[in-house]
Amino acid sequence: MLLSVENLGVRIGSVEPLSGLSFTLDRGEILGLVGESGSGKSLTAMAVTGLLPLIGGRIAEGSVIFDGTDLSKLPEDKLRPYRGKRIALVTQNPMTAMDPVQRIGDQVDIMARLHLGLDARAARARTVELLTRLRIPEAATVCDAYPHQLSGGMKQRIVIAMALAAEPDLIVADEPTTALDVTVQAQIIHILGELVRERGLALMLITHDMGVVAQVCDRVAVLYAGRLAETRAVGPLFDTPHHPYTTALIDCIPREGMAPGSLTGIPGLVPSVVTYPSGCRFHPRCPRSDGTCERVIPEVRTLPDGGIVACHHPLGGAHG
Amino acid sequence: MADPLIRAEGLVKRFQTGGGLLAKPRAMLAVRGVSMTIGKGEVVGVVGESGCGKSTLARLILRLIEPTSGTIRFDGQDLTQLSRGDMRRMRRRMAMVFQDPYSSLDPRFTVAEVLAEPFRVQGEEPPAGRIAELLGQVGLSERLSASYPHQMSGGQRQRIGIARALAQAPDFLVLDEPTASLDVSIQAQIIALLSELRRELGLTYLFISHDLGLVRYFCDRIVVMYLGAVVEVLPRSDAPPRHPYTAALMDSTFAPDPHQRKRLRAIEGEIPSAFDLPKGCAFAARCPRATDRCRAENPDLTASDHPVACFHPL
Repeated sequence: MLLSVENLGVRIGSVEPLSGLSFTLDRGEILGLVGESGSGKSLTAMAVTGLLPLIGGRIAEGSVIFDGTDLSKLPEDKLRPYRGKRIALVTQNPMTAMDPVQRIGDQVDIMARLHLGLDARAARARTVELLTRLRIPEAATVCDAYPHQLSGGMKQRIVIAMALAAEPDLIVADEPTTALDVTVQAQIIHILGELVRERGLALMLITHDMGVVAQVCDRVAVLYAGRLAETRAVGPLFDTPHHPYTTALIDCIPREGMAPGSLTGIPGLVPSVVTYPSGCRFHPRCPRSDGTCERVIPEVRTLPDGGIVACHHPLGGAHG
Repeated sequence: MADPLIRAEGLVKRFQTGGGLLAKPRAMLAVRGVSMTIGKGEVVGVVGESGCGKSTLARLILRLIEPTSGTIRFDGQDLTQLSRGDMRRMRRRMAMVFQDPYSSLDPRFTVAEVLAEPFRVQGEEPPAGRIAELLGQVGLSERLSASYPHQMSGGQRQRIGIARALAQAPDFLVLDEPTASLDVSIQAQIIALLSELRRELGLTYLFISHDLGLVRYFCDRIVVMYLGAVVEVLPRSDAPPRHPYTAALMDSTFAPDPHQRKRLRAIEGEIPSAFDLPKGCAFAARCPRATDRCRAENPDLTASDHPVACFHPL
């Protein structure tokens, strides 16, 4: 197993926005991490990439085992060979990942020079090859351009090229297509999927869109308010979702032939970390909740098919 | 068919940029001769990628910007001929909901002030109880009226944006990507709210989005735009696409069903620059069906009940 996250808890100051999170991810696999804003997806990405200190957070419990090493126990200087080199991050807004006053080529070259020790000429040759692989037309010309001269879709491809330049084993992509047009989103999702199959990369894809999940992911972890709701292979997750939150998220995406009025959304809001409800954190928004849900935190149970669900009243025959 | 509420004819908008001591100004056609009608009580969707001119079209229809040429009739009156005063009075009947509720709400205004603004623009004060009523209509508590935008969630802010649009009891709303910056769960709530308001208040909508899946769910008729021109009008939301561009947009929409994965032959390339329009069909360079004729001549929108501008429709 390339990545194994076990019972992960994250603290920021006096609050614990994320707790008890476990999942695994292997080479050649795409794991979707889904949930609404505020469910802890990006915190998970930061925990895995060792970036929590940037927001004053830390891993308070559990472990992040990457290729046999527990990253959560490593000091900052020992993390450096992993971050950017073996674990790469693709963020939602490509503009924040790029230097606006540096040429595109130089920004991608530096990854291979820094992490692979290539000289300038070899690094540039690799950059042009990578950009071409990502279907950027006239890659050599694009290398001389500045970020503002490119469209959003092009910029996001450059950020993916930066992530790939150091030949990572794991890519963490945090909402990589949310800011893009649907046609461009389809291209980027397609390219990411191809790269995983071709190069045996592992991809952790963070999204709030169940349509994207259904299109490319192999397995899915559904998060709600800082806890795991359900983890399943993608087919069973959509065929027989067990957690009411999973069902609710799926029902938020318009489908072909959906009756008018059937798209209702999920009532209410994701609670903030200071207002996490007692018991099951989804209970105030859940159509199936009862007194038990209000009081008792649901146990995280492993199902016969290897899936995981945390619910007192699961759907689709996942009872005891 | 009932008289249309909106009848736009031959709308053209030309923008000019640059120009200085040495640089020559460059002109681009953001909207290239668009005609469309919107019937009373109808929901018409406009879809297309960024830069296709859909937001410019919306602003032209509300006369927030002046067309280079063409006319817009609202309930029979040509908006382009109205004086400033007449136009301001006409504005009560139309309003817009913007994409990003954070940047479209003044951060220094409380909710009550945001909702009073449309009345003050008309030189009035909101009638007693109207603000509470507006908040109720969009499913918010009256207690929020003293809150500021930063104290609210994205979904609540967008509800305020809708309440503000409803303030003067308009007939017609332009919804410009009203859910694009929201979570899918909140997007669905907002769409449900808009459906309910349409039914209760008898509203007419022009709904602008790049998400064809959402447009097909929400709209009665769908106008597909590419590079400033209409390439197809789907007469019903479930009508099969005839233009290759519409088909490509549908292919780019992911259904929440892993058994229906798309073999993504998603369209390659990106929209050409509107400053440098190709000769012939604007989509030809990206189109799998393009022939020499498409690269030489520009197809017109056919006059039928399912208009399409393509030499080789599906």
